[in-house]
Amino acid sequence: MDLKDLYQEIILDHGKNPRNLGKFDNYNKDAKGNNPLCGDNVHVYLRLNENKKVEDIAFEGHGCAISMASASIMTDMVRGKEEKEVKEIVTDFLGMIKDKDSLENNILKDDEKTKLMSLSGVKQYPMRVKCATLSWHTLTSALDNSDQIVKTEE
Amino acid sequence: MNISDIRKEFPIFDDKIQNNDLVYLDSANSSQKPRVVVDRIYDFYTKEFSNVGRSVHYLAVAATNLYEQTRVSVQKYINAKDKDEIVFTKGATEAINLVANTFGQKYLSEGDEVLLTELEHHSNYVPWHFLRKAKNIKIEFAEINNDGEVTLEAIEKKITNKTKIISVSHLSNVTGAILPIKQIVQLAHSKNIPVLIDGCQGAPHLKLDMQDIDCDFYAISGHKMYGPTGIGVLYAKKKWLEDLPPYQGGGGMINEVKKEGITYGELPNKYEAGTMATAQVIAFNESIKFMEKIGIQNIEKHEKELLDYGLEKLRKNNSVNIIGNPKEKGGVISFTIEGVHPHDIATILDEDGVAIRAGHHCCQILHDKLNLPATARASFGVYNTKDDVDKLDEAINKCKKIFNL
Repeated sequence: MDLKDLYQEIILDHGKNPRNLGKFDNYNKDAKGNNPLCGDNVHVYLRLNENKKVEDIAFEGHGCAISMASASIMTDMVRGKEEKEVKEIVTDFLGMIKDKDSLENNILKDDEKTKLMSLSGVKQYPMRVKCATLSWHTLTSALDNSDQIVKTEE
Repeated sequence: MNISDIRKEFPIFDDKIQNNDLVYLDSANSSQKPRVVVDRIYDFYTKEFSNVGRSVHYLAVAATNLYEQTRVSVQKYINAKDKDEIVFTKGATEAINLVANTFGQKYLSEGDEVLLTELEHHSNYVPWHFLRKAKNIKIEFAEINNDGEVTLEAIEKKITNKTKIISVSHLSNVTGAILPIKQIVQLAHSKNIPVLIDGCQGAPHLKLDMQDIDCDFYAISGHKMYGPTGIGVLYAKKKWLEDLPPYQGGGGMINEVKKEGITYGELPNKYEAGTMATAQVIAFNESIKFMEKIGIQNIEKHEKELLDYGLEKLRKNNSVNIIGNPKEKGGVISFTIEGVHPHDIATILDEDGVAIRAGHHCCQILHDKLNLPATARASFGVYNTKDDVDKLDEAINKCKKIFNL
């Protein structure tokens, strides 16, 4: 294990200065997620337009550097994508965090994939995987209009 | 006392953990186990095992005697009047649930109030919340002051003529505040209100004398007292154990079972349904002996020295913010670092073998009050040294470096 894999410069940057933090007025989908183990929480807001494209996305919440960076990078990455594409990216990301070595989708550009792969360091820290995945599960929940609050613990 | 000799009694310190010497600062969560406790479990299972209290064969009688010896040891250790006032449970959580459930059944009805404090661990809130749902009772919280302590006045302020029971921590697992439990009991008894003390953090670190404290109930966690997991104790005054209904039903707790009805067993069997954590109870006796051998006053003194040293050291460390400043404080230091989330602190410290806890420590009410989602916590046991504190401080510096602070 190497801390440098976990706390890469890009994670520290996004963790300290999360992009898309806050709430915007005309969102039409949202969902909450929390991690009962540590009390971290996230609220994802997004606006899908008539063509099912993510017109805007933002999040509120607090958490560790990993969870804030993950939500920050995620929101950057899915803005402008179609719902179907967003779901594919989410599945691909969660699969990578779980056991795959790389990202396999053809939607993101190479530099975007590299950015996302910066979160792969959590694989070595099983207790921290949930920090990286919470906002992604919450995004899925928002798209699916689920009223259930996403929890990392069952 | 010689700490390096005491450390040698804990096998966990024999080997490196992830290539590091273990700096274990998570004893408020659970303590490490001395060899005598581990060996006792092994010996019992390999040479002496039988179920207790049922069969008449040699092993069953011997096991029953061992099991009951722990009860007597606990009775003496906490100075209870009678060994029947010692009920074994699976932990302090079950001990509190037992009281909430049985006292609630018999004495609480709609509009009655249970008084807790804002410091309480979830295990001394959720069981009462069940009653709030089931019986429409009210839960009141005595407030903490700016130093993270709960004063006698804060308790008194929340007592009304509806208050039916007061349930408070002996020692906060977050701020380390030691509550004035003797005075709280005196005040409560002057108003005929019984008191439960959640002694999870008190029992491993402070001298216990049930006659002096005079509380009605005291909950103890075995695994925080250098004992096995799966074992706790409910101390309750005999009058309560005789008066309250049984908690769980099953074998061992009955007197006579007929199709028409059932009568319950005598104390303490009435509250020990089913096969208990026999090996753990028997090994817990070794934990008590271990603590008695060192002497609780010596443990308390040693941990106080570590606490004072740790507080002084961390206060000097820029950007470390210590949570709470109680006048009477146990060996717990909760802290935050401006700009680093407690989970990141815990992961980075772990890299150097420094084991702390991060999160809300099962005290969300308290963290909400402090307006903090989480804190990092270092807590001491008898095996810790000033060197451990130094390593904590160094690891915190590394953390600050990674986050460019």
